[in-house]
Amino acid sequence: MTTAFAANPHTHASTSVARAMQLVMLALVPATLLGLYQFGWPAIILFAITVLGALLWEALGLKLAGKAVRPGLLDGSALLTGWLLAMTLPPWAPWWVGLLGAFLAIIVGKQIFGGLGQNLFNPAMVARIALLIALPLEMTSFVAPAPLFSPGAPGFIDGLGIAFGHSSDIAISTYDAMSGASVLDEVRTGLGQGQSLDTILPGVFDPLAALWGGVAGSLGETSALLLLLGGLFLLQQRVIRWEIPLAVLASIGLLAGLMHLIDAGRYPGPLFHWLQGATLLCAFFIATDPVTSPVSRSGQLLFGAGCGVLIYVIRTWGGYPEGVGFAVLLMNACAPLIDHYLKPRIYGRDRRGQPLQVTPTRVATAKARVSTSPRGSQP
Amino acid sequence: MRLFRIRGGVHPQDRKSLSAERPIEPLPLPQLLHIPLQQHIGAAANPIVERRQQVAKGELIARAQGPVSAPIHAPTSGRIAGIGLYPANHPSGLSVRTISLQPDGEDRWAAGSEELVGVADPFALEPEEIAKRVAAAGVVGMGGATFPAAVKLNLRNRYDLHTLVINGAECEPYLTCDDRLMREQAAAIVDGARIMAHALGVERIIIAIEKNKPQAQQAMLSAASSHDRGQAGDQIGGKIDGRPGERAKIEIVGLPMHYPMGSEKHLVQTLTGLETPARGLTADIGVVVHNPATAFAVHQALREGRPLIDRVVTITGGAIKEPRNLRVLIGTRIETLLEASSGFAEAPARLVSGGPMMGQVIPSARAPVIKGTNGILALTEAETRTREPAACIRCGKCVEVCPCGLVPLDMAAFVRAGQPKGAVDRGLLDCISCGCCAYVCPAHLPLVQYFAHAKGAMAERDRIKQKQTETKRLAEQRTARMEAIKQAKRAAMAKRKQADKAKSAASNPSPAD
Repeated sequence: MTTAFAANPHTHASTSVARAMQLVMLALVPATLLGLYQFGWPAIILFAITVLGALLWEALGLKLAGKAVRPGLLDGSALLTGWLLAMTLPPWAPWWVGLLGAFLAIIVGKQIFGGLGQNLFNPAMVARIALLIALPLEMTSFVAPAPLFSPGAPGFIDGLGIAFGHSSDIAISTYDAMSGASVLDEVRTGLGQGQSLDTILPGVFDPLAALWGGVAGSLGETSALLLLLGGLFLLQQRVIRWEIPLAVLASIGLLAGLMHLIDAGRYPGPLFHWLQGATLLCAFFIATDPVTSPVSRSGQLLFGAGCGVLIYVIRTWGGYPEGVGFAVLLMNACAPLIDHYLKPRIYGRDRRGQPLQVTPTRVATAKARVSTSPRGSQP
Repeated sequence: MRLFRIRGGVHPQDRKSLSAERPIEPLPLPQLLHIPLQQHIGAAANPIVERRQQVAKGELIARAQGPVSAPIHAPTSGRIAGIGLYPANHPSGLSVRTISLQPDGEDRWAAGSEELVGVADPFALEPEEIAKRVAAAGVVGMGGATFPAAVKLNLRNRYDLHTLVINGAECEPYLTCDDRLMREQAAAIVDGARIMAHALGVERIIIAIEKNKPQAQQAMLSAASSHDRGQAGDQIGGKIDGRPGERAKIEIVGLPMHYPMGSEKHLVQTLTGLETPARGLTADIGVVVHNPATAFAVHQALREGRPLIDRVVTITGGAIKEPRNLRVLIGTRIETLLEASSGFAEAPARLVSGGPMMGQVIPSARAPVIKGTNGILALTEAETRTREPAACIRCGKCVEVCPCGLVPLDMAAFVRAGQPKGAVDRGLLDCISCGCCAYVCPAHLPLVQYFAHAKGAMAERDRIKQKQTETKRLAEQRTARMEAIKQAKRAAMAKRKQADKAKSAASNPSPAD
């Protein structure tokens, strides 16, 4: 029998950090599998490189920090970071983009801050934005879906060729034939050329395709439906709470709806913004990162709303087509401030921390309530 | 009755079925009793017996010392085997001054002292007299807090009271002692509650019970109804021309299952919607809360003149072969209770006094049952679900469940950084140690342990500061005293000089004369 000192409680809800990470990854599986299927061997290889790279850098980071490597790797956080980053990369990006991204995420985004729980910014978004700024060409070269084993899709060898440098002629020609911009890009370009949405959208935006995932885009972001299902699963499992996703989606939806009402020719409606780009991935999987989001309910609502507004603003008026990464990083920076100002009220104290006043009126109210309530009650 | 929602809280598995159907059984007289002098908050009681002295059951053996102390009585007749240090029922593992009593097996009652004789009609007594008798019987809060009950019965002088709440929530998992007592002693509990209402001068009693105890609710309901003198409808109680307490209206309220519903301030808020101010008492908003076992003890003290010498204890947990509810003499070793429950089904990972959420680890099974011991849990490894702590990922679950509106992860960060003051600034002293935060923490951080440590550190700091101030004050006083003595000496010297001068002047007349 162990009689060593152990404080209460003596039982536990039997959750763990690793379990939370596992559930998030489980929720990502459907969208990931679809992405890997659609974009074929080059995407599978990139995914593997990014995820393994994240684990490698994590192990190195832990070792350099003098921490135990095994438990650090087993908590699943590095694996999840690599996974999320891979989801946001162009599916046919070369191997070194994945490895560099993993380095930026794990070492720069996380280990430098002190490891799990200490980082101010979402590691995957740090990597994505750093890559976007440093490698604008590689990071915006998307391909149209070419499902595994379909005619014209690169085989395993071609996939290696694409991932590890354009050594194969087939790969190059396939790549060139299939490469293009994402829908967000096309809309931005079209609007820049003075075209109206009425003429741009029909050619590029198919709500149904965006819903199930048959569009060009980042590896794991194309299927809105599967991401939504994953998100609902996380809500049901209580891994995440509803405040952040709802605030993100509501604020984007409200802004988009409002602007669409003002000028339907320039501003796509809510559906477009919900289904395109990384909106849903952000709402359920990225903005909800516990480490970099506020802890109180009200704080989370504000944080989510801030993300939504920034995503819309950056997409619509900013210099980059994609707003999620910037929006999340900016709101990450605000999270400590939000936490500072939106603390819950302490029991028995007012918002400023002073003990509540007992006024005779309050007691009288209680007394009155007590004496007027129906007498007796059945269990 | 309309109930109000409280924030936070958790829903642990209640595991009450292990022992809920075990009626209260008396435990045979043990070989030796160890009765600590510290069984209440406040100063330890002062022993008034000597080694080898023969005592009778119910005889006073230690007197209360100070305002929040309680006297201690012999749980049975026998010989005082010694007064000395004995392992306490406390996780520190430290020993406390304890009276050891060797029962003689006769279980012979003492002839009651004047204060400890049953009264036929407690409602004829003055409120002060009731409180005095409750104090004399050594009754303390039996929900575990061990606050002397009489102190709470005297609150009418300082507060505008309107309601007595009997806290039958028993929201801790596993524990069933209050449940059993309410089922088996409903009439006595109702009587005790009425006597307390009389002492408090309130005419409303709410008996609040979590909904997982329907039989207890039913028993209390019928006990309360049997006092009813034909009022209309679903009204319970209320002899129109009775005396306060006697005519008190009793309501039985089913509470939602929600830990920590039994926390006094949260219970009162659930029932009245009113929040007790920080650092205040529920009496600030007119409510006094007592445990059913306390009400039972008050009934026994007033009606029978019986001091608090035993209590009901639940012995349960996955490692216990046959969970039980036992009526146990104060001072019985915990190992005796474990033996009475047929021992262990498997080796327990942890022995706990109290419930799994707020209970304390028992360092030694030789430690005795005291007045506040409501349960002994022998938990298996699977039940405790302990794990190595991981890094905090700021998930905010602790914030979500904290019933006090605190941010435990922030407070923990300050404690870990060695800055207990920072934790205090963030509300550490408003923490009720309910354990909800640590219960849900996915990183398995021992949050309550951090907070206990910080509270201890702050108390120590205060003590040192107080000591320094006191030393300084004494030093200053000493300096002042020395100065005064010096002054006095100087004055005396000057006086003497003057006198000498005068004398010499007198003896040597000046040439001018």
